[in-house]
Amino acid sequence: MSVRTAGIDVGATYTKAIVIDSVRQVLAMTMVKTGFDLAGASEKALAELGRQGIERGDLDYVASTGYGRYVVPARDLQITELTCHARGASFLHPATRTVLDVGGQTVKAIRVDERGKVRAFRLNDKCAAGTGAFLEKTARYMGFDPTQIGELALRSREPVTISSVCAVFAESEVINHLTSGTPPEDIMYGAVRSLAGRAVQLMKRVGLEPEYTFAGGMSRNEAFVKALGLALKAPVNVLPDPMGQYNGALGAALLALDRVNKLRAAGEWPRRATVHGVVA
Amino acid sequence: MMHVAGVDVGSTQTKAVVVDIRRRVVGKSLVDTGAIITAAAQSAFDAAVEDAGLEAADIAYVVGTGYGRYKVTFGDTQVTEISCHARGARYLFPDTRTVLDIGGQDTKAIKVGDEGSVLDFCMNDKCAAGTGRFLGAGAFALDIPLGELGPLALRARSPVKITTTCTVFAESEIINWLARGKKVEDVLMGVHQAIATRSLSLLRRVGVEEEITFTGGVTRNVAMVQILEQMLETRLNVSPEAHYMGAIGASLFALDQAESGAAGALEALTIESRLDSKRSEPELCSSACPNPIIPKRMRDEEVAHL
Repeated sequence: MSVRTAGIDVGATYTKAIVIDSVRQVLAMTMVKTGFDLAGASEKALAELGRQGIERGDLDYVASTGYGRYVVPARDLQITELTCHARGASFLHPATRTVLDVGGQTVKAIRVDERGKVRAFRLNDKCAAGTGAFLEKTARYMGFDPTQIGELALRSREPVTISSVCAVFAESEVINHLTSGTPPEDIMYGAVRSLAGRAVQLMKRVGLEPEYTFAGGMSRNEAFVKALGLALKAPVNVLPDPMGQYNGALGAALLALDRVNKLRAAGEWPRRATVHGVVA
Repeated sequence: MMHVAGVDVGSTQTKAVVVDIRRRVVGKSLVDTGAIITAAAQSAFDAAVEDAGLEAADIAYVVGTGYGRYKVTFGDTQVTEISCHARGARYLFPDTRTVLDIGGQDTKAIKVGDEGSVLDFCMNDKCAAGTGRFLGAGAFALDIPLGELGPLALRARSPVKITTTCTVFAESEIINWLARGKKVEDVLMGVHQAIATRSLSLLRRVGVEEEITFTGGVTRNVAMVQILEQMLETRLNVSPEAHYMGAIGASLFALDQAESGAAGALEALTIESRLDSKRSEPELCSSACPNPIIPKRMRDEEVAHL
């Protein structure tokens, strides 16, 4: 009988869930807004999978990750997002040695080995200037919606340099540029380049070893991908949309499958039926 | 009688004072800096001169200071705000050894030697956390006028702990606390404490030595003064003119110049440029940041079962 495992990534903004089978084929995936109720978000994602034909009872093993991983009621195991991102990226691009994940509020640089295990990492979740929030703020200061960032920035011909280190102080700089007649696209791409530069600095701290694989919500932003490639002066594996956002969940599902395989090898799988968690 | 002026062009407000030869402040003014900095400098200067009942021609020497000091186009010279705050604080409180200045967009801790010389300083002007701007963001998120922040915060009974460093992230944290039913004053007190904590780590870098003089616009916030005094376990010198301290210091340098020609201000400038070289460029996070981004250790229990 084929095994089905799920990975649920409860992130600050979105909760992602993905189901794979024993040959690592993706059977279903879904994404819901996280909101205040983290446990509820994970339940909502599972219900959504149900609508795609994968019922709760079909799942043999569930691994949770992300910042809400401890409150997922359905979990058999919780795993840090670093481990999951490393696993997911290495699965999709086996030669990956450095993973960069840029999200709305967190940036991660991870060095992985040939087996997709974490060897070193650096995080920035303290300062908005190094995360996607910086671009979002910059777009809003200029009256644009964050969804327009990529397309706006790609129109830039002469990007300006944004020197502010702080997302709050950048506001005055943006206003100064606008007042002196700089087109918004040049300011936007300037901000994109500034963020890409900071991401590369974080990557340098774990050692810049190719291949580079780029995941996270920002991987859908073409302008950022372009700026990152220029800053790294090297090709970057970009996870195809929407896998960039599902990378953590995918890693969790793969690790859940690894766990099942390990248990099977030890003769502990399939698990005996339980009633309310007690072995019958 | 001879008069001189000091103009302190801050990021948020521009302050100007006029002093007479006996070092008495005879005129002062405060204007919003806004986008056109040269205009703010000029109008602050004009208003201070008028407040003193004088004419611009009566002012023998003008020193510009603050982040926009080079925009004081009518000024005779510039002195950094570090030197000016030290000088001003030392003048009003002669036993000052440490100055804490919390302004709209920066925070400075200054170690002051005899005669008001600057021995060391540490400055955060790269990150809004721990500056007046953080307070402003809190006021905005909570929809409370700046002037009411302090008195309201003092009503807190069980302040929350604001754990985010970044001003941007703190805004969401504030909203989160309110959504969880926390009282506005308790959240507000948390915001004040966060700033005080950051100021304290800046102060510790230069060494805290009494007496401590608190300067800058945030001195007008009663809660901030009280929290800092509790954390430092000492009284702070807070002058009603604390907001003007940089401008007062600048005017004293102007007086030196007007009286003796060369020495004073220029000497201060030299000291400053030497100290300035200690400021290194920020890498990922400002080197001046008391909360630099440091690697987190992966929690063992989380990797154990893999």
